[in-house]
Amino acid sequence: MPWPMIVVFLAPALILYSVFVLYPIAQSMRYSLYDWNGLESLDNFVGLDNFRRAFSDEVFTDALKHNMILITLSVVLQIPFALGLAMLLNSRIKGRAVLRTLFFAPYVLSEVVTGVVWRQMLRPNGLLDEMMTSVGLGAHTQGWLSDPDVVLYALFFVISWKYFGFHMVLLLAGLQQVPKELGEAASIDGATAWQEFRYVTLPLLGPTIRVSVFLSIIGALQLFDIVWVTTKGGPIGASSTMATYLYDQFRKSLFGYASAVSIVIFTLSLVVALLYQRFALRRDLQGTGLVG
Amino acid sequence: MAELELHDAPLETDEPIPTTRRRWRIDRLALYVVAMFVLGIIVLPISFSVLGGFRSNKQLVESPVGLPDPWVFENYTSILSSWSFWRQVWNSTFIALLAAFVVLPAASMAAFVISRYSFRGRELVYGLFTLGLLFPAAVAILPLFITLRQAGLLSNPLGVALPQAAFGLPIAIVIMRPFFRAIPQEIQDAAAIDGCGPMRFYWSIMLPLSRPVLSTIAVITIVGSWNSFLLPLLVLIDPNEHTVPIGVNNISSQYSTDFARVLAYTTLSMVPALIFYAIAERQIIGGLTAGAVRE
Repeated sequence: MPWPMIVVFLAPALILYSVFVLYPIAQSMRYSLYDWNGLESLDNFVGLDNFRRAFSDEVFTDALKHNMILITLSVVLQIPFALGLAMLLNSRIKGRAVLRTLFFAPYVLSEVVTGVVWRQMLRPNGLLDEMMTSVGLGAHTQGWLSDPDVVLYALFFVISWKYFGFHMVLLLAGLQQVPKELGEAASIDGATAWQEFRYVTLPLLGPTIRVSVFLSIIGALQLFDIVWVTTKGGPIGASSTMATYLYDQFRKSLFGYASAVSIVIFTLSLVVALLYQRFALRRDLQGTGLVG
Repeated sequence: MAELELHDAPLETDEPIPTTRRRWRIDRLALYVVAMFVLGIIVLPISFSVLGGFRSNKQLVESPVGLPDPWVFENYTSILSSWSFWRQVWNSTFIALLAAFVVLPAASMAAFVISRYSFRGRELVYGLFTLGLLFPAAVAILPLFITLRQAGLLSNPLGVALPQAAFGLPIAIVIMRPFFRAIPQEIQDAAAIDGCGPMRFYWSIMLPLSRPVLSTIAVITIVGSWNSFLLPLLVLIDPNEHTVPIGVNNISSQYSTDFARVLAYTTLSMVPALIFYAIAERQIIGGLTAGAVRE
């Protein structure tokens, strides 16, 4: 195929991508080195001060910590839970097509809808509190979204509610590629259900699980919409994430500083992606191009 | 690969020993209990929202559990007869279609040459696009905002649709590439012998053969665009341009004590997404799992 033709075919995508993705990212690297409010001219060069400032700001490092907690909870709780349900849907249970449809439904609802409805459910004397009271658990109600010690976990629950379906269908697609005969052979040889799971299913599902974990980590590093709508990162920053922190700085017109924060988030994502690709995904992602 | 087979497996008739069968039945009961429990948690917020819209605020405070008594229709009817709600539905739809309309040709043309021809720098171009998977619009929002301001695209539907299309390119290309690759080389050779150039081959053979993957990309783009919040919030300044998620967010802070109205508004905004999901479930799930699970 002649060169000009290749250029013609690539041009629309490359132009669109350069203008709205690459150029802004490159620009924010530049802005991150300035003290800039977004309007006046870009002349107050401050070097790496913005980055130093971010890492010495406890509000930011707390936000980073919240991201890490959410990543850990997602990997330790959400993915095993999604795997359990995927296995359930992969068994001979009746109505599993309907169940899959319904379990996945929250994923197609917007973050805003999810956040607004859950905020209503979790408000003091809201639905959850009323339900707990009516079954005699009234003493255990919490300020789900107003208690700084509780809010992050309540938020994690809401996040899981919305996203577990995605991991579930991913893992289900993986499970359906595990040949049924292998499990049957194992059980004829006397393997218990657990042994069959541990030594047959799990290893074969490894690639899918690693991809699921990877997407979960990257997603959790960049969480914004659902957090912002549900809690705005509050109360007193107890449920902030790096991205809500970034948006706070943006709203204060600290454009130079906010650019530095977004560069930090980019870099973290990139480093995580590269490390993960290097050590865990190597074999799994060859050819799928999920990681650059 | 992406098609999940979910037809209920036929029950085996020759299942051997009764004790196994009884245990299987108990296990199965446990499975149903778990499934129903999860189902309850999934459905609860949605039904709370739907029913909540039919309550008065007084009912919501006094008895949020159970069916509304009496049913109040005023929340829904007042929203449905308001001009601004329909305006938002139209804005969201228009922007979503625009984004899909831009991303489909751009991504399919790029994926076409990347997957069917070898040229220098091909892997570099592909790598560049996949890098975009790591950078969602929410994190790039600040430089993006500045770029849009420089380009004069604030307060313009294009200022939302074009970035959405651009940020949608990576996943679209990643999903399309293996699909395009799988189309046999013989077809291309035969077409070439018959004097069909790359342009015609792309237009008259590749695209018609790729309808499933194109509809998947269209659906994913539309859902993503329909649901997006931060970008339209920053770009669309004039209330007449607001999209549905902005409307939901506004109403929930504006009428923060009018819970019933907020829930009714939220419910109505869910309806298009859920209908769309019901129609296009296969494309949505297939598309989302396609990139991540290998054949």
